[in-house]
Order: sequence, then structure tokens, then C-alpha cells
Amino acid sequence: MHELSIVEGVIETVCERLPGARVTSVRLTVGALSGVVTDALLFCFDLATEGTSLAGATLEITPVPGECRCRSCGARFTPDSPILLCPCGSADAEVLAGQELVIASVKVA
Amino acid sequence: MCATCGCSDQPRLRLITGGADPDPPHEHEHGHEHSHGSGRTIALQEKVLARNDALAVANRAWLHSREVLAVNLMSSPGAGKTTLLERTARDLGGELGLSVIEGDQETALDASRISATGCRVVQINTGVGCHLDAATVGDALRTLAPPAGSVVVIENVGNLVCPALFDLGEGARIVLASVTEGADKPVKYPHMFRQADLVLVTKTDLLPYVDFDVARHAADVKLISPAAQLIPLSATTGDGLDAWYDWLRLRRLA
Repeated sequence: MHELSIVEGVIETVCERLPGARVTSVRLTVGALSGVVTDALLFCFDLATEGTSLAGATLEITPVPGECRCRSCGARFTPDSPILLCPCGSADAEVLAGQELVIASVKVA
Repeated sequence: MCATCGCSDQPRLRLITGGADPDPPHEHEHGHEHSHGSGRTIALQEKVLARNDALAVANRAWLHSREVLAVNLMSSPGAGKTTLLERTARDLGGELGLSVIEGDQETALDASRISATGCRVVQINTGVGCHLDAATVGDALRTLAPPAGSVVVIENVGNLVCPALFDLGEGARIVLASVTEGADKPVKYPHMFRQADLVLVTKTDLLPYVDFDVARHAADVKLISPAAQLIPLSATTGDGLDAWYDWLRLRRLA
């Protein structure tokens, strides 16, 4: 479950950027094509934050839908799964959005 | 709620569904640090994988400066990564100056198998970790000190999910799919197959005994990763190995 290392990376980054701050919430931006499962992030978060300055903080997640441009027909489309299948039948697509995995903001007490 | 970043005064778990990101990257001078109520919201806009990605860039530069090709070998456990590597090391190890980084949660069993072929090998044990990352691979590369112009194969932890997210600085990504696993793996694990430069279909000597639709598998790989090459092979009989060896030779010169 790579979500645990993702969450640990979040904690490490926040602790480094805001040393000593008591963090009450963390907001992540998570793209639909990022390869990260939101439920798994939420599941890990409480356990992973225990004993850190993020203990007791909540995790807020802003999902970003996937957006692609088909290299065959040029159309923009929103894939309904991680398989980037354009309505024209081609799966040769460029990802324009949805791969985000970003610590957007934190709230401190 | 802050109109700029959408942060709330009520600490609670919130899943915002659909629509636009209420907290788009916003450029403004004040660092977006402000107080309202009891807390302050601080915008970070920092990629979660930034540290790994930066180390991967450093690994790539290190490899490039030595003209070393590193390939990241990924598959589910038991797809035949180590067996293929043993055979490759025996057949081609001298020609390519092959060395290996082995990734497993525990034990040095695979490193012992590779070492028995006469190939230089470093074992990484990830413990609870389910994938290799750029930091450990960077350390392993410096320990291995591969000669200029050689090939390093990084055998990732057997896992079709997690390794897909972590750039190691490799020059190419190779995904193995064994015929015993079933032909549906590319559509079940699209993140992994989407990033593959090469897909090796392994254990083809077992095709007569298993229900593996070769054409369907090839079509699905093409669907998910249109640019990926596909080579069927058997490390047991040697069928298809020439194509794999040619791919390595060509890629090393690229």
C-alpha cells in the first residue's frame, strides 16, 4: 500500500516546512489518474500522524477529475477509468489533468 | 470558509466531490498566510512526491554522466523477474557489463541467485515498504559503481501497483506479465502498464497448459500503452530471448 509512504511523505514535508507548528488539518489535491486511492490515504492518516505535530489533524482531499487530449482525433475527454479511452476508440491520449498529488495547504492552530 | 483557499474553521474530515478545485494554485505575494478564527491557513502547493522526483532526476543525471543504462523491472511476485535475470546475466552479463539491484521486502535470496551467475549485485530490503524509491536506488547505485557504458537492472519489489508511482531515475521501464497470471493484468493494473516502455510476456513455454489469450493480452497492452513494445519469451527454453537481448543492446546505445 504505497498510500502509507505517500502519507509519510506528506507528514515529513509539513514538519519540515512548518517546524513546531500544531497542524489541525492538511488539504491534499489528488488527481483521478494519480494512482492514489483516497480511502487508503484517509485510512493511513490517523495512524501515521500519531506522535507527530500532525497528531489529531484531519485530512481533507480535493479530487481533480482526469482530462485528456486524444492524439488520434484531437478531442478533449474525461476518462471514466485509468484506461485513457477516447470516445473515438483510441487510447493514445495525452493527460492534461488528473495526475496531481499536491499538498495544497495546511491549517495550524 | 476562506474564499481563496476554501479552508474551513471546523476541523473535520471532508471529501469535496466533483466540480472545480476550490483551492486552485493561486499566485499572490503574501504567501497566503492569514488568520481567521483560531487558526491560520498556510498554502504550500508542494508535490507530495517532490523529494523522490528530485532524487530520481539526480540518479538519472548520475547514470547519464557515466553512460549507464538503468532499467526498472517490475511485475507481480512470481512473474519470473529473477529467473529472467539469471538467464540474462549468464548469456549477456559479460557483454553488457551487467550489474543488478535487487529489491525485496526481506531476505537476500534473489541477490544470492544473481551473484551465483558471477554478476555484481546489491540487495535492498525494504522491510514494510512495497516498492523501491529513488533514495535507496541512488545509494545502491553508488555502492554498485557500475562501469561506464554498462547496464544496471533494477529488480523492483514484486507488486503491480505501488512501484508505478515512484520514479527511480531509470532509463526505461519494463513490465513482466507471465502467462500463468492471466491475460487480464494490463486492464486490471493500467497505471503500471501505462508507463511501460517494454512488456515482456514470460513463461511462454507454459502456454499449452494455461488459458492465456495471447492476442487479447497484446491488444490490451496496445490499448493502455500504445508505444510499448511487447516481447514474448521463455527463460526456460530460451524462446524469444534474442529479441530481449537485442532490445537491451539497442537501448544501451540509445
